[in-house]
Amino acid sequence: MHMADALLSPAVGGGMWVAAAALSARASVKLRSQPSESLAPMMAVLGAFVFAAQMINFSIPGTGSSGHLGGGLLLAILLGPHAAFLALASVLTIQALFFADGGLLALGCNMINLGVFPCYIAYPLIYRPLAGDGSSPSRRLAACIIASMAGMAMGAFAVVAETGLSGISELPVGAFILLMVPIHLTIGLIEGGVTATVIGFISRAQPELLTVANRMDRTRQSRPVRRVAVCLLGVALLTGGLLSSFASENPDGLEWSIEKMTGKKEIDGIGHPIHTALASLQSKTSFMPDYDFRKDDAADKDDARESAAKTGTSLAGVLGACMTLLLAGGVGLFLRLRSRKHL
Amino acid sequence: MTARSERIRTVDEFDLLAAADSPLHAIDPRAKLLTVLLAVAVIASYPRHTVAGMAPLFLLPAAWLALGRVPLGFVLRRLLPALPFVLLMAIFNPLIDRAPLVEAGGIALSGGWISFASILLRFLLGMSLAILLVACTGFNTLCSALLRLHAPRVFVVQLLLLYRYIFLLADEARRVRLAYALRSGGERAVALPVAGSMLGQLLLRVMGRGQRIHQAMLGRGFTGDLPVRHTFRWHRRDTLFLLGWAVWIILARAVNIPDQLGLFVIKALA
Amino acid sequence: MSHHIVEVDGLNYRYPDGTPALHEIRFTIRHGEAVAIIGANGAGKSTLLRHLTGILVPASGNVRVGDCPVLPSTLRQVRRTVGMVFQDADDQLFMPTVYEDVAFGPANQGLPPPDVEKRVADALATVGCSHLRDRPPYRLSGGEKRAVAIATVLAMIPDILVMDEPTAGLDARARRHCIGLLKAFAHTRIVATHDLDLALDVCERVIILHEGRVEADGAAQAIFRDTALLERCHLEPPLRMQGCPCGGKLGAA
Repeated sequence: MHMADALLSPAVGGGMWVAAAALSARASVKLRSQPSESLAPMMAVLGAFVFAAQMINFSIPGTGSSGHLGGGLLLAILLGPHAAFLALASVLTIQALFFADGGLLALGCNMINLGVFPCYIAYPLIYRPLAGDGSSPSRRLAACIIASMAGMAMGAFAVVAETGLSGISELPVGAFILLMVPIHLTIGLIEGGVTATVIGFISRAQPELLTVANRMDRTRQSRPVRRVAVCLLGVALLTGGLLSSFASENPDGLEWSIEKMTGKKEIDGIGHPIHTALASLQSKTSFMPDYDFRKDDAADKDDARESAAKTGTSLAGVLGACMTLLLAGGVGLFLRLRSRKHL
Repeated sequence: MTARSERIRTVDEFDLLAAADSPLHAIDPRAKLLTVLLAVAVIASYPRHTVAGMAPLFLLPAAWLALGRVPLGFVLRRLLPALPFVLLMAIFNPLIDRAPLVEAGGIALSGGWISFASILLRFLLGMSLAILLVACTGFNTLCSALLRLHAPRVFVVQLLLLYRYIFLLADEARRVRLAYALRSGGERAVALPVAGSMLGQLLLRVMGRGQRIHQAMLGRGFTGDLPVRHTFRWHRRDTLFLLGWAVWIILARAVNIPDQLGLFVIKALA
Repeated sequence: MSHHIVEVDGLNYRYPDGTPALHEIRFTIRHGEAVAIIGANGAGKSTLLRHLTGILVPASGNVRVGDCPVLPSTLRQVRRTVGMVFQDADDQLFMPTVYEDVAFGPANQGLPPPDVEKRVADALATVGCSHLRDRPPYRLSGGEKRAVAIATVLAMIPDILVMDEPTAGLDARARRHCIGLLKAFAHTRIVATHDLDLALDVCERVIILHEGRVEADGAAQAIFRDTALLERCHLEPPLRMQGCPCGGKLGAA
């Protein structure tokens, strides 16, 4: 689920970086203002726990494959949203630096996709209202599963949006969504179940450990309505932006799909509201792949023309590139030999 | 998956390299960090079908490999695990974009293949720079540099503490996994119901440790701020380093150097 | 010097799940004494030690360190006087390098950098780990970690040193080194340990805890010869006193 540098444009990557940096700064400020004990050691060991837990694979029944715990929702439940977000952000940073999981430019995207959605949306807006005070295990299980699935779905959509808006990969958005979302919903389902089990375990063994998050959340409860509104606005903007950026450019497709829809309506001969709704949903998912393809075509032609112009004749470009690479390698070798002499 | 557990050992390798001595190690970490960030941003800014144009930027990893005395094999080994995912994503380009874009020596290459190559190059370039940055600087020093560059303090402290405890917890996870494998007839993937309690136990131990660390901190007078040590000072060579590479990066982006070079050579030969 | 007396009076404590842990604990330790707190697993040794630095708060009874009762309001002062070395060294070494870990305490005490530097150098020299200054803690062996953990506390120059299982898991050499350190420490030492030979070497007084109560409190030699008492508390005499007619005096330093 990690976003990769290689598929990212600086505009999208930079934008997400700014958002992630702002949220990190805000979370840091919130945590510094906590008068009571510092969460720093707990955040760190829980971040390390995420690493460790990802080494323990569990078999997913019925599929023959295995998965591991993502940890976002679990951390949010244990630490509260701000501390969990920072803990996840630090885990992602280390993953990017040491394991090439994504990359430096994509770090902002990954912090949003894998940090913001579980900590600032799934946890406060879905898990907490559903789980209540956490006393009912079945409610907790349902809350974990739904929150986890929602967080995963949002993350998946975000990856698709970021890739699509960057324009470096030519993967059609519709196909990408169909590829990503079902898989991530399944992962979310399993992860929600495992998270619920783990939380249940803790609540039976040492329930006082779960109160840390509650203490942190007291500060959030002061302005719930505003926060909910802001979050929903953000989600709406994200999905709206995605859909509208494609809808606006190709009115032909829209008209075509509307015709298709009305045609279907006539064929069915039933003016049932459900059928209409289903038909419109069908048309929406069917026009997107074609949509993108057409958009890509147009952009491609421009790009191609642009690239062709820049390279002049292809031979010159390739020749120049080979020479440059040889030079670069030569400089490298020269420096290495020189530094060896100095030892 | 052994791959993931081996990852923790690779962090060890980075540490050993970072402790070495070289001209590149001596450069202020802030200069190196800023250079890499600039390079990464510029690499991403190339149009989709750029292949040859990125060649001059390869001077960065080439020079840094040499100056930092980092073995090439190390960098390639670190790139390898991430390669399949990039290939998986990139392969869609040639599958979708089949229109021929350039002709080279009688072979027509579709735009898809060119953008495929572009994605691969971006990956190689960007990732190798990140790897070199950490190998020549050391994580703790890098964190100090982040703090000096005004990253939020709580976040930097998190990075340091997390780094310190990853190894310990990875060891624990490895032991737990081994214990399971020994009693499950060789099965490495844990059965789902067991996974919940296994992770729960591990989590309890981890949280217990978190509490004890906190108590140890309090016992030594912790007031809420973890001091981050930074003993590096900016020298003139660091300014030269940063400016020099910045100029090269921006030049490489603004002017298609390979193209010019190639045209020049062709004209000279003609 | 009366202001470094450790006084525990009528201490009672229950674990969070309600199980009773400590019952009517009462003792006084004077300045310069070396006291071993021994008992079977689960007797409550670590729990008792944690009350001495205010990590745990008693359900009833009180703890005094010098002139100061151990209360949430006096914790800072208490922790300047009492230095505690934990059972697990990894819990105590949380900074990026050994130097920074050892410097953490003195820096928090408000000392200026040159003084901090001196304290660190002295502490590391005392434990014989000066060469490990710039090492990250995850690169230390078990014995090295234990020694550095002790240094982190010594650097604060505490008047009372409290140690929880200092020799657990150490090889013979590291253990001997640790024993030497404890004997060289001039002030009060309170050591919870399973290593009864260490207790015999370092401490002249022994307190036995059994099921959360003080079962015995007296001279080490006397207690270790009382095999009936030891057996009642699920203990055995120190190894070098077992089956030896001289009662262990030959091996004692």
